[in-house]
Amino acid sequence: MLNQKIKVRDLKLWYGKFEALHGVDLDIYENEITAFIGPSGCGKSTLIKTLNRMNDLVENCRIEGSVELDGKNIYSKKVELNELRKRVGMVFQQPNPFPKSIYDNIAFGPRTHGIKKKNELDEIVEKSLRQAAIWDEVKDHLDRNALSISGGQQQRICIARALAVEPDVLLMDEPTSALDPISTAKIEELVMELKEDYTIVMVTHNMQQASRISDRTAFFLNGDIIEQDMTRQLFTNPKEEQTDNYISGRFG
Amino acid sequence: MISKLMKGLVYASAVFTFGMLAYLVIYILINGVRFLTPSLFAWNYSTSNVSMMPALMTTLMVVAGTLLIATPIGVFTGFYLVDYANRKNPVVKAIGMATDTLAGIPSIIYGLFGMLFFVIFLEFQFSLIAGILTVTIMSLPVIIRSTEEALLATGMPIRQASYALGAGKLRTLFKVVLPVAMPGILSGVILATGRIVGETAALMFTLGTATNLPGSLFASGRTLSLHMYILSQEGRHVNEAYATAVVLLVFVLVINALSTLVSKRLAKGGK
Repeated sequence: MLNQKIKVRDLKLWYGKFEALHGVDLDIYENEITAFIGPSGCGKSTLIKTLNRMNDLVENCRIEGSVELDGKNIYSKKVELNELRKRVGMVFQQPNPFPKSIYDNIAFGPRTHGIKKKNELDEIVEKSLRQAAIWDEVKDHLDRNALSISGGQQQRICIARALAVEPDVLLMDEPTSALDPISTAKIEELVMELKEDYTIVMVTHNMQQASRISDRTAFFLNGDIIEQDMTRQLFTNPKEEQTDNYISGRFG
Repeated sequence: MISKLMKGLVYASAVFTFGMLAYLVIYILINGVRFLTPSLFAWNYSTSNVSMMPALMTTLMVVAGTLLIATPIGVFTGFYLVDYANRKNPVVKAIGMATDTLAGIPSIIYGLFGMLFFVIFLEFQFSLIAGILTVTIMSLPVIIRSTEEALLATGMPIRQASYALGAGKLRTLFKVVLPVAMPGILSGVILATGRIVGETAALMFTLGTATNLPGSLFASGRTLSLHMYILSQEGRHVNEAYATAVVLLVFVLVINALSTLVSKRLAKGGK
């Protein structure tokens, strides 16, 4: 039986006076890849940011409704924000490694959460880099600045960095849109492996990508989720006309 | 045709600028170096031997004292403005505007304020502390602005990456942002040092012009620039003034070289 990991209910979000989400409901299941698709400005990036409360950083951003992680509202006052973000990791559109060594990039998260011992850190660094399928490429120069490697490699470093704090959920906001096709393929392959251990939510502009790798897809339009379903279902037999129009390339 | 003319103009400007600088340096060296005798570095000043040693030491004291106060205040103000304050808050805007205005005020105004406030109102007399506090106010804008620029230049993405890993604001600032912003902040501090070393107007009526090493924070002294100014103004020791200028010049060149070196080293290390 599938375990429900995240439950979004009637979520409304405003940037100042602009209402970016109009009461969204969404279910995300454990060990699945959930893809968000839809045209630019439809609210998919906005929604993904609410799942680890990155929207807290945006001035004048206000929400209503609830987001539950394992049955607990993450917007409740009792929630420790840094603890939440440890459980819900994030990878961004532009690779954003710290201008530090590869090792220090990966070790930053564990250090933040109190791991100090060198041998423990060494272990985490190796494990995370292996999980992100980049260990073999960087193992001989972990002391190199993470900015000195290619963009595709940087993005996998960022994935490894997110994995190093052992999250349950991994949010990926268009993680391949800044990368070349080969790097993109590598990351797609990687993401499919990662779902064994993690729950993955991915925003993508690329419908082929969503249909290739995701289990479930939610189609966004103008701040609403028009349709959410198993990916195969949504792409072959959409229930809504707007979904059909979008996936067949009639707009967006 | 016009492009040739422009090219000529650009070259001429460059040659002119560099020529002026070279002329200035060479002129001072020629007129100064031969009077740079060991006796000018004697520990005590006397009317027969206008030693610059007390002034040299006083300069170091003023620089050290000022940086000690101005650096933390300036850098933390920068932190506040960039990473804590709400940019749209009117108070924050006022601080920003005040900083810019302070940066543009002629130093004699600082001198006047320092004299009225520290020397007379707080009864510090002409003293090291009055001088230090006056140039502290003067160098704050430089440090605040450079800190601000350095912090802004680090950008949002690495901050987001840090927050997304569950790091708090303080950890993000000190472990992620600060290492990147360090060269910029340091070059601001060094720039401020340069201004302090070259300052006369703000110090003349606050630090005073006593010839000997100040024995305490409440004693008067003179910095190298002041020493030079007074020597040349009195007209009896113009040669020694040139010699002082040579030392001052070396001072400033070293500070500039240091600034370049530090930024390069830190930028390359890029930790």
